[in-house]
Amino acid sequence: MSVITLNVNGAVHQVDVDPATPLLYILRNDIGLRGPRFGCGLGQCGACSVIIDGALVRSCQLPAAAATGAITTLEGLSQNGTLHPLQQAWIDEQVPQCGYCQNGQIMTAKALLDRNPSPTDAEIREGMQGALCRCMTYYRIHAAIKRVVAGQATGLAHEAVGTAAAAQEASV
Amino acid sequence: MSTHSEFPRFIEQALQGLNPSASRRQFLASSGALVLSLGASAVPGARVLAQAAAGPYPDPDFLQLDTWIVIHPDNSATFFVGKTDGGQGTGTAFRQMMCDELDMAYEQTRLVMGTTDTTPDQGGSGGSDAIETDGKPMRRVAAEARRVLLELAADRLQVPVAQLESSAGMVSVRGDATRAVRYADLVGGQRFNVTLSGNNVNATTGTAAVKPVQQLRVVGQSIQRYDIPPKVDGSLTFAVDVKLPGMLHARNVRPPVAGAVLRSVDESSLAGLPGVVRIVSRGNYLAVVCEREEQAIAAARQLKADWAAPAEAPFPPSEALFDFIRSAAPTSSEEPRVSGDPASAFASASRVLEAVYEVPFQGHTAIGPAFAVADPSDNQLTIYSNDMKSYGLRTGVAAFLGLPRDRVRVVYMDGPQVYGRTAADDAGFEAAFLAHELGRPVRVQWTRAEETAWDTKGPAYSFRLRGALDANGQPTALDYEARAVDYAHLGYNEPDTVLIAQLMGRRPARIAEGGAALPSVKYGIPNTRLSGHVVALPLVWETPLRTGNLRDPDGPQVTFAFEAFVDEMAAAARRDPAEFRLALVEASGEDSAFRRSRSLAVLRAAVEAYGDWETRPAPRAPSIGSVHSGRGIAYTFRSNTVVAVIADVEVNRDTGRVWVKRLVCAHDCGLAINPMGLRHTVECGMLHGLSRALYEEVQFDGEKVLSVDWESHPSLRHADTPERIDIVLVNGDPSPDRPDLPHYGAGETSHKPMIAAVANAIFDATGVRLRRAPFRPERVLEALRAART
Repeated sequence: MSVITLNVNGAVHQVDVDPATPLLYILRNDIGLRGPRFGCGLGQCGACSVIIDGALVRSCQLPAAAATGAITTLEGLSQNGTLHPLQQAWIDEQVPQCGYCQNGQIMTAKALLDRNPSPTDAEIREGMQGALCRCMTYYRIHAAIKRVVAGQATGLAHEAVGTAAAAQEASV
Repeated sequence: MSTHSEFPRFIEQALQGLNPSASRRQFLASSGALVLSLGASAVPGARVLAQAAAGPYPDPDFLQLDTWIVIHPDNSATFFVGKTDGGQGTGTAFRQMMCDELDMAYEQTRLVMGTTDTTPDQGGSGGSDAIETDGKPMRRVAAEARRVLLELAADRLQVPVAQLESSAGMVSVRGDATRAVRYADLVGGQRFNVTLSGNNVNATTGTAAVKPVQQLRVVGQSIQRYDIPPKVDGSLTFAVDVKLPGMLHARNVRPPVAGAVLRSVDESSLAGLPGVVRIVSRGNYLAVVCEREEQAIAAARQLKADWAAPAEAPFPPSEALFDFIRSAAPTSSEEPRVSGDPASAFASASRVLEAVYEVPFQGHTAIGPAFAVADPSDNQLTIYSNDMKSYGLRTGVAAFLGLPRDRVRVVYMDGPQVYGRTAADDAGFEAAFLAHELGRPVRVQWTRAEETAWDTKGPAYSFRLRGALDANGQPTALDYEARAVDYAHLGYNEPDTVLIAQLMGRRPARIAEGGAALPSVKYGIPNTRLSGHVVALPLVWETPLRTGNLRDPDGPQVTFAFEAFVDEMAAAARRDPAEFRLALVEASGEDSAFRRSRSLAVLRAAVEAYGDWETRPAPRAPSIGSVHSGRGIAYTFRSNTVVAVIADVEVNRDTGRVWVKRLVCAHDCGLAINPMGLRHTVECGMLHGLSRALYEEVQFDGEKVLSVDWESHPSLRHADTPERIDIVLVNGDPSPDRPDLPHYGAGETSHKPMIAAVANAIFDATGVRLRRAPFRPERVLEALRAART
């Protein structure tokens, strides 16, 4: 065990752990964050993703002692209670099903847009490829990213319809 | 922090003022369900739940209106329902349904789900029946609450009920808005004290009638799901986030080969490792329990144990699986269902087609491996889990450990996807056992390899189909024979079949065989013979190839074989595949639940939504170049929900890659409670089916599963996503405006026809019929090569 210092979402934490411990477990179990999640422990699914000094990192693979930069997690994306445009777009497009992988989706999208603010559809597919979703929300994710790219990440109008009968879209 | 993750304190305040039942008071005052406090964490800021209070935890009485609905002094309401929401938005839909019957605005309400001592036992989730079945008592009890409120208001305002109206939590005199009273002023913070009737929870009712569909206002709106904001800002406490004072971390150590017997454990192999609390072994169940999670991971890797491999191979290697299935003696066979005279029809046919279809084992392989936390403090046992059947987990664990049911409680919280009998059941029992054994809270977390190799599987199938066509290309007979590897199909949370019970040597008194399922279609083929057999692998217990319900348990397999074979008949008859199906449905006489009418409606709607459907037989005219495109249609129903899908594919003849470029789905589940939530569930169900069509297959050698991670067990990913998905919500009821239009389930139907639709599209593109799923590139290349020679 040794004391290591982590800079997470602008706060400094000192934890006394085995320095080889993957960052993920420190973030979750010692610092109490819930955004990064365990999915595979192999760097294959992206559920544990964080951003360190601007780079997307699999926190399940990185020894905590090597995490010397500024760590941003999902919780750190919103500022003063205002959601990051990606988070807002995720709500506008109603992206998640179970939501377990969405940390990885949002953090991967953040890293993608940070290096390429206006990706093509092909670049979105390529750039998001490492983030696995087993509920298969991919199509919604692409819509949410495109919404941010288009600068429209606020308030989706509800499909408000007066009566249920009218909401049945096609009577055939 | 978003509202979904906050503790609804007003419930506590409301109920503490009215002498609530002990169980509910304890839940509200001290439970770990939603109460967050700063506990005994080493680091300030780590949120730790309070320990569970002593039981007992009796069952909420579903015949009391107060069990379902609480009106608070601030004129808001909380609904308590015994369901779980795997992320399809059923919680939001329940609120909408109950709001409409109660005449409250959506924003005035909240919903608590699936915690065994807090919400009435509606069984949790399963069978996509949440909206179809469990939503009905919710509507009726909300209607009953409104009836009682109107009576109370009549008394208060001295006006007959007939002259009153209600809206947004307020009763007023019709035509005189100045004479009004809030619900809160009638029962806020008090009990209704109304006893309901019904001999089971689904039959629960008061005396009030539910509203006709035309009067529903909240139902039918695409209200945004309440669980989504905390899922995207990181504030939601998932079950996987639960931390308790003194909580230990456990990892299982599984047998290295299936059926291995644990001879000894070398405890000295962990000497010097920090944090090891105990090595637990019981029969062939082995686990390490440590103070910290990374210590448990290291200990599980380092622990040395002596396992004896079984004398007989537990199963054939996956490449020989289908030969095994076809040659095995069935453990059971269903009496064939015969209509007409198939033998004569085949004898007089002008053409007979025959084909064999194959689907391997496919797993749940959840994005988050199975886990659970159990807290044995104070002579009770509380399990925190995302298990979709929290009530069954409670009952099963109580039986497994020999504890009184009312000393065991399960707190349901969000978690990774739960499309059936997942390993969440197994992890729940393991956490309970270890916590009971050690007397401290224990968190069990499965590894990726464990989840992918050992979770329950959808049964592998081999099908043999024969079809007879007359001289006009009209199908006159069909012979369908299915073989499923589904002996000892696992139920939910059974104390004698969960993995830990098997490994400890427990065996069920009676083996519950699955069945080889029959197709769900409305085709008018006059002479049919449908039969099914179950076969068993050599190793029945303690095997990673254990079957259990996986999203529409047999539907994708059966529908692949049947709907692809129907496509073969259409192609042989040189008929357009949509037109061919429409004609077959039209020839069907029976129309229960209007499924025939609705089948015609979805088939027509899918073709119409596709846009430029060219009427022609498959395959399309051969094209030059590497990338060939084609379209495929498939149709089915599940329970009373009917669906037709069309897939556009591109097949790369050089690489074997299949890209489903566009999907069209016409879907009829009756009344849509929340159209947007419904669309997303339909869409994600389709893509999950696409993943099973293109990638998912459990592979194994003769002694162990080789699919252990996302490379050895690939899944659909971003690059595979269609560029366009069109979903049409259809109402094909012959009386589409009827006031009692039913609301059916939607969690599985769109998933069901996907393998078939993709196979049919590949045939249309290439002229090559793929009869073994999944259509991985190497298999596509092999089939294309075989077709050329």
